[in-house]
Amino acid sequence: MPPNSSHLSATAPTAGTSTAPARLVVMENISKAYPGVLANDNVSLSLQAGSIHALLGENGAGKSTLVKILYGLLAPDSGTIHWQGNPVNISAPVVARDLGIAMVFQHFSLFDSLNVLENIALGMGVDANDKLRQRIIEVSTRYGLPLDPERSVYTLSVGTRQRIEIVRCLLQEPQLLIMDEPTSVLTPQEVTELFNTLTVLAEDGMAILYISHKLEEIRTLCSGATILRGGRQVAEADPRKESVASLAALMMGDELPPSSQRRSRVVKKQVFAVSMLNLSAADANGVSLHDINLQVGEGEIVGIAGVAGNGQDELLQVIAGERMATDQKQISLDGRLIGTDDAGRRRQYGLCCVPEERLGHAAVPILSLVENVFLTAHHRKNLRTAGLLSYRRSRKFAQQIIDTFNVKCQGPQALASSLSGGNLQKFIVGREILQSPRALVISQPTWGVDAGAAVAIQKAIADLARQGAGVLLISQDLDELMQVTHRIGALCAGRLSAFYPTRQISIQQVGLLMGGETLTEAPLENAAGENAAGTLGDGP
Amino acid sequence: MNETLILTLLTVITAATPLVYAAIGELVVERSGVLNLGVEGMMLVGAVCAFATAHYTGAASAGIIAGILSGMLMAGLFGFLTLTLQSSQVATGLALTIFGVGVSALIGQPLVGVAYEGLHAFDIPFLSDIPLLGRLLFSHDILVYGSFALVAAVALFLNHSRAGLVLRSVGDSHDAAHALGIKVLRVRYLATLFGGACAGLGGAYLSMVYTPMWVENMSSGRGWIALALVVFAVWQPGRLLLGAYLFGGISILQLHGQALGINVPSQLMSMLPYLTTIVVLVLMSRDRGRIRRNAPASIGRAFHPTT
Amino acid sequence: MIALQKRANPSQLMGYLAPMIALFITVLAGLVLFALLSVPVGAAFHAFFIEPVSSVYGLAELGVKAAPLVMIGVALSIGFRAQVWNIGAEGQLILGAIAGSVVALALYEVDAWYVLPAMMLASLLGGMGWAAVPALLKTRFNVNEILTSLMLTYVAVLLLSWLVAGPMRDPDGFNFPESRLFHDAATLPKILSGTRLHIGALVAIGLVLAGWILLSRTLLGFALKVNGAAPRAASHAGFNQSRLIWIALLMGGGCAGLAGLFEVAGPIGQLLPSISPGYGFTAIIVAFLGRLHPVGVLFAGLIMALSYLGGESAQITLNLPLAVTGVFQGMLLFFLLATDVLIYYSIVWKKPQRVTLQRAIDANSKDQVHEHQEILHR
Repeated sequence: MPPNSSHLSATAPTAGTSTAPARLVVMENISKAYPGVLANDNVSLSLQAGSIHALLGENGAGKSTLVKILYGLLAPDSGTIHWQGNPVNISAPVVARDLGIAMVFQHFSLFDSLNVLENIALGMGVDANDKLRQRIIEVSTRYGLPLDPERSVYTLSVGTRQRIEIVRCLLQEPQLLIMDEPTSVLTPQEVTELFNTLTVLAEDGMAILYISHKLEEIRTLCSGATILRGGRQVAEADPRKESVASLAALMMGDELPPSSQRRSRVVKKQVFAVSMLNLSAADANGVSLHDINLQVGEGEIVGIAGVAGNGQDELLQVIAGERMATDQKQISLDGRLIGTDDAGRRRQYGLCCVPEERLGHAAVPILSLVENVFLTAHHRKNLRTAGLLSYRRSRKFAQQIIDTFNVKCQGPQALASSLSGGNLQKFIVGREILQSPRALVISQPTWGVDAGAAVAIQKAIADLARQGAGVLLISQDLDELMQVTHRIGALCAGRLSAFYPTRQISIQQVGLLMGGETLTEAPLENAAGENAAGTLGDGP
Repeated sequence: MNETLILTLLTVITAATPLVYAAIGELVVERSGVLNLGVEGMMLVGAVCAFATAHYTGAASAGIIAGILSGMLMAGLFGFLTLTLQSSQVATGLALTIFGVGVSALIGQPLVGVAYEGLHAFDIPFLSDIPLLGRLLFSHDILVYGSFALVAAVALFLNHSRAGLVLRSVGDSHDAAHALGIKVLRVRYLATLFGGACAGLGGAYLSMVYTPMWVENMSSGRGWIALALVVFAVWQPGRLLLGAYLFGGISILQLHGQALGINVPSQLMSMLPYLTTIVVLVLMSRDRGRIRRNAPASIGRAFHPTT
Repeated sequence: MIALQKRANPSQLMGYLAPMIALFITVLAGLVLFALLSVPVGAAFHAFFIEPVSSVYGLAELGVKAAPLVMIGVALSIGFRAQVWNIGAEGQLILGAIAGSVVALALYEVDAWYVLPAMMLASLLGGMGWAAVPALLKTRFNVNEILTSLMLTYVAVLLLSWLVAGPMRDPDGFNFPESRLFHDAATLPKILSGTRLHIGALVAIGLVLAGWILLSRTLLGFALKVNGAAPRAASHAGFNQSRLIWIALLMGGGCAGLAGLFEVAGPIGQLLPSISPGYGFTAIIVAFLGRLHPVGVLFAGLIMALSYLGGESAQITLNLPLAVTGVFQGMLLFFLLATDVLIYYSIVWKKPQRVTLQRAIDANSKDQVHEHQEILHR
């Protein structure tokens, strides 16, 4: 249904006029410093109505800071912002909203126990009355984002929740919509739907600032890109005229390392397997697992793709031993049936795990690194003497981890909570790897971790596999999976897809698996032998 | 026979009213995400201050106000420690109770055994002349009517007002509320003070109506029962009223046990309210899903505003 | 304006200093209280803090009062570390006393070596049994242990009053609600003649050592600490949460029960309607004052014992109501909680700043530092 443009203010230029479109927003020479880091160093950005513009850069490049300045959450140290030609001082989000700037954050501010209407009312600071209800229905259907105002948020999927955030923004009739990493929690199919909506909005005259580090998406969606690296603006580009490789080069400063030519191995011996595992969800929010079958061979890295909330937590819990399988045959390690063994025993046999959540699950924040080492390693590393903890041995092991994995900390007695995300993750991964496990199951290994640590972790995993252990890698990061694994499958609503050699499958096909579909044709080997990210979407 | 029935039911109402006040206050506090275990202490302080004030001034209304204010003062103390200083809510609530027991005993020392005529009931014209129901429903003191009005007001507030929506949002997720610009700590402070006022009022009812005198530790655990009532009520005002009256009934059983021909030693009968509380908690808590769905998600968790 | 800034690392120094600061402030507040009560401040201070411990008998009495506080405090502190909130220690104490008394009266006039050990065993079982109820309800039915253990305390008090007025009443006692006086074989031996100090004091010290070793060097102690700090991590490490809850509660119940027995078989000598001036509740304060560490609990117990003695002495010499003790204890806990904040936060001068800044930045990183004293309302 074609949108009507009556909601636009009279001053916004309509798209497609032959004169040069007026610039809606101009940020010039914006700088912002924090103790120890210059988050934005003389960055300039300009946006035109009716265009989708990308703000591109790695984690820590300064994208978030710049955008928060635009939205009034931060004040720049220097620089100016002009809105529709007039200088403005955006001192608070409410000022930004009054100007016509709306923002959809990466992490939603939604209240699970309240319904859609109440959430939107709270977000807008208005009453949750019938008038609002009507407007929600009207706007949400108009833009193809249907919402039921009475539904409680906890019943809704992530994609629908994002819709609430977007509709909440649209109700304020903005001229500029800022989207901060919107697709990190969506399936490829949901991403396509989002892109359709954004394209329609742009055609309607809205300016969209799209923040991301996903190169393929930007090439599909955006007509312009500002690239930040290390706080500085390094380039302006038209993504449609660039390739993934050139964009990546601009973003990261040098050519992408050649994608690893990971052949699927001829598996000599199976080291870890899950067979016919069924597990019912622990509560209403959980996901039940159905008929899980997977095998990992010695030296193999097997990947499981999937958006969070499809059973990854449950799968890791039952493998780690936090929950028991219903039958001991359902999980085996080196032929030993361990489905009903407790976590400590599994570790003793050589099955080590790294859960997704660092603080609170993989490590205890208020305990020192020495004590955290004891948490999982006291079996395999024999850290007890006559039933009593051996501080000496634990400390030695902790120091070994720190040295081997270059963990920046104040020493083994430092509290886990004092480490940065990347360093803590290196420590946790190191703790498991240095136990020389037979199989390692690891979930979201490089989430929220700086680039240097991510590389170190991926290398450590690859080394572990090369030494003959089997690795099961669960991740939302498709790029990581495509680069690092030998075989790949997907978890959707508690069911595992079939597994395919990574070299022979495209990222688009993995997306289909993540959505629960089966591949009708066997994935063909790409002629060039590349496994670089393929294009998203199924085509026009 | 009718007469005894009516008298019994009337005593049920007097027994339930302090519970209603204490519990409805705590319900609001918990809906904002705060767990205040100090209800017992606040009730006792309210009781002794109300009694003392009413006795020395001769004015019942002064007593009621004193009860409310003293409860709020205690609650303010709790709020300062847990919201501003970020201390553990559990430990602070316990401290509040221990302190309240001690302080109330100290203040009430000279008042033990002192007589007070109690709060007068008044008849609502016309309605109180209805046979049976009239006396039952329309011949009470102002605090009883107030308790019903308060429950209704809280229900309206929570479900049909913007401020109530804001409070519920804070209880659901203080981080999300904060991101929306809601002043989480202020909302919680106000809720905590309201809870203190209600607990103080409940205590005042105890010392001015239920047994118009002061005895050390006279709430005998009603504050704790009020906490259980909030769970029983699944944090809903309507159900809370029901629960309070159920408990009122049970505690009256113990008083009228002899008259009803139950031949059990009085101490054992006195155990009934406490045992019932345990049973009720078991029945309510078994369904983890229900508790998780209805309990304010951020309850008991400290909110860390950024510096 | 003054603001609190979270420290990068909790201050160890403050960990030791905070209780002392709290104590100091409490004493000051107490002096203010005395002044308000129109009591000569100097005399009150002397009566409360100096007089009770100025004789050997006084010091022994300190031990008598401190023994149950320390015994229960050690067990509670371990349980609290595991986030198991046993608030019903008073009830468990009473049940232990009852159970031990039943054995004592059943073996009345039996003069054998096994009478006392049998009483001790009975009291252990009695206290543990009473604590088993909240443990069962929590592990099976997910019921909050604070409320259940507390409700059972009220029940225990009523049970005791019924028993001493009825089934366990001394038949030769002129209808007073109290049991027979225990015979010699059922009475705790004294360890200091001329005083009331009994072996309970030694047991308390033993428990301090045992608790210390348990917490710092054993797998069980580690499991309890981890379970309290990060339940998911405990599960990940393979620690069985149900088992830990049972152990924490039974430990508290057993120690409380034993302490109860030591009271009735020691200083009191019989079963009465009231056998404890709230030891089970004061032990909670002792646990916090001792920073949830067994050795700290030892010192804290002695301090709290002093507050009991001080209250009694002030009552005798200055007519101060006994309730002052309760006020002191409550104030101490308050000030302790307030000064605790200095461990995790430092006080700074700050210009008002945009409040959402840090949170907005943090919103992009998934790491969240969990509050160390989180309680999950289940």
